[in-house]
Amino acid sequence: MSESCKYHLVCGMEVHAELKTNSKMFCGCKNDPFGAEKPNSHTCPVCLGMPGALPVANKKAIEWTIKLGLALNCKINLFSKFDRKNYFYPDLPKAYQISQYDIPFCYEGVIETSHGPIRITRIHLEEDTGKLLHKEIKGEDVSLIDYNRSSVPLIEIVTEPDIKSPEQAEEYGRALRDIIRYLDIGNCDMEQGGMRLEANISLQENGKEGLPNYKTEVKNINSFKFAKQAIEFEMERQEEILEEGNIPKQETRGWDAKKSVTFSQRTKEDAEDYRYFPDPDLPPIRFTTEQIEKIRKDIPKLPHVLVKEWKENYGVEERYSSILFNSPSEAKWLEELFVLSKKEGLKANKLVGAMVNKNVKYNFTDKVESVINEFKKLNKTDDVSDDDLIKIIDNVIKANADTVARYKAGEKQLINFFFGQTMKALGKKVDGGLLRKLLTQQLDK
Amino acid sequence: MLNKITKQQVHHVAKLANIPIDDSEAEKLATGFRETLETITDLQSVDVSGVEPTHQVTGMENILREDKVDDSRTFTQEQALANAKQTHQGFFVVPRLIKK
Repeated sequence: MSESCKYHLVCGMEVHAELKTNSKMFCGCKNDPFGAEKPNSHTCPVCLGMPGALPVANKKAIEWTIKLGLALNCKINLFSKFDRKNYFYPDLPKAYQISQYDIPFCYEGVIETSHGPIRITRIHLEEDTGKLLHKEIKGEDVSLIDYNRSSVPLIEIVTEPDIKSPEQAEEYGRALRDIIRYLDIGNCDMEQGGMRLEANISLQENGKEGLPNYKTEVKNINSFKFAKQAIEFEMERQEEILEEGNIPKQETRGWDAKKSVTFSQRTKEDAEDYRYFPDPDLPPIRFTTEQIEKIRKDIPKLPHVLVKEWKENYGVEERYSSILFNSPSEAKWLEELFVLSKKEGLKANKLVGAMVNKNVKYNFTDKVESVINEFKKLNKTDDVSDDDLIKIIDNVIKANADTVARYKAGEKQLINFFFGQTMKALGKKVDGGLLRKLLTQQLDK
Repeated sequence: MLNKITKQQVHHVAKLANIPIDDSEAEKLATGFRETLETITDLQSVDVSGVEPTHQVTGMENILREDKVDDSRTFTQEQALANAKQTHQGFFVVPRLIKK
């Protein structure tokens, strides 16, 4: 879309992410659809939708949903329930999906991006569907179904239409994925469909208030880059239609990653009619404020908070700290390292710089003391290269030909004389062990 | 308010339920739907302004399970596919769902 455009983007996103619980959402089947050795091997009467099977909700999945909600500054519904979303499609054999309709676990949150805040409308918990493959077998067009993924816990995070640019949409997706991973509740593997993006996209004329009178929904986007591209494509497509005096169709569109275009999938005429109602199989859920506060206490400080604190307390630059850790335990280790380096009077920023540039080798299983020692050692020889050192050593040898002769004749203790002379000529601190080694090497030539 | 159920609405409901019906059936069902809805409309006259919405009648709450794998109820692939009309290499097979 051109810079001088008279329209601006109005965009909200719906993101689905699978939770990495051990078992499925409503039954005890193993939650590992990607690791399964063969199709339809992790199923039971509940997740195959057999008549009379009774689903029972996974407590951990509910707690994790609330955990994410709290991390995204959401309010929590102490009373909640599951509802049936009715539709007839073989990806779920029950002819309905267990989801949450009017009382999601979490609502009214906010997530910060560098382009401004994005309000979270709601986060609800539901079950994932079976996986469909469309193939031709023996001349027949068929779809193959694997129910290993059926009833895997799936959260849906819905935002308000606060996204103002394709770049912000991309950043939002990444930020959300990072938080889910950091909380250790989901893998968000995009390639395997562990996280899926949808964008509701429309354009509003500049200066006009409120929401446009139409929107298109682009579904099944499986990368953050594609989300950005799909929004860019839609902005151009919709601008053309609007410029011709028409209103873009209210429809669902897909993203064709090969051609980098969106394409029409479903128009409003056959829009969904899900006939939600409370699932009678699943009694409602009631939390106490104390239980919610207990979950809140379990939430580690999030990366963006830590990065800010470390800058203030230890002068560590974001360009280093933001790439150094991926989990709360790694963050804890770094915090210990910074505390010790401050105590030792070392500059933490120089230390992490050396770590990032791999001049100080480290492991999160190392004792922080040993990393500090590595850094100290490195610092001593920091400014002098071996070549420079050898030049100075050679000068000292040249200037002290008599002493060299005595050294070569057997007075090995004279090495200390050369050591002192070299240090004096150098005027800097170097690693003693290294200098001694180089001295011996040059003298023995 | 529900005095008119159209054939079109009947077809819509039938489609959602994946039940094929023809036009004459839709006509008959429209009359049937109308009668049913009229009866249900009687309920609208009850004053429920002071009644909390009821989601369930069992009175139970918080029936949850711990996050543990329970292999004892898991089917083998053969068991899972036992009642399928058509299978292929461990998959259920249905007529193609997405147009090529």
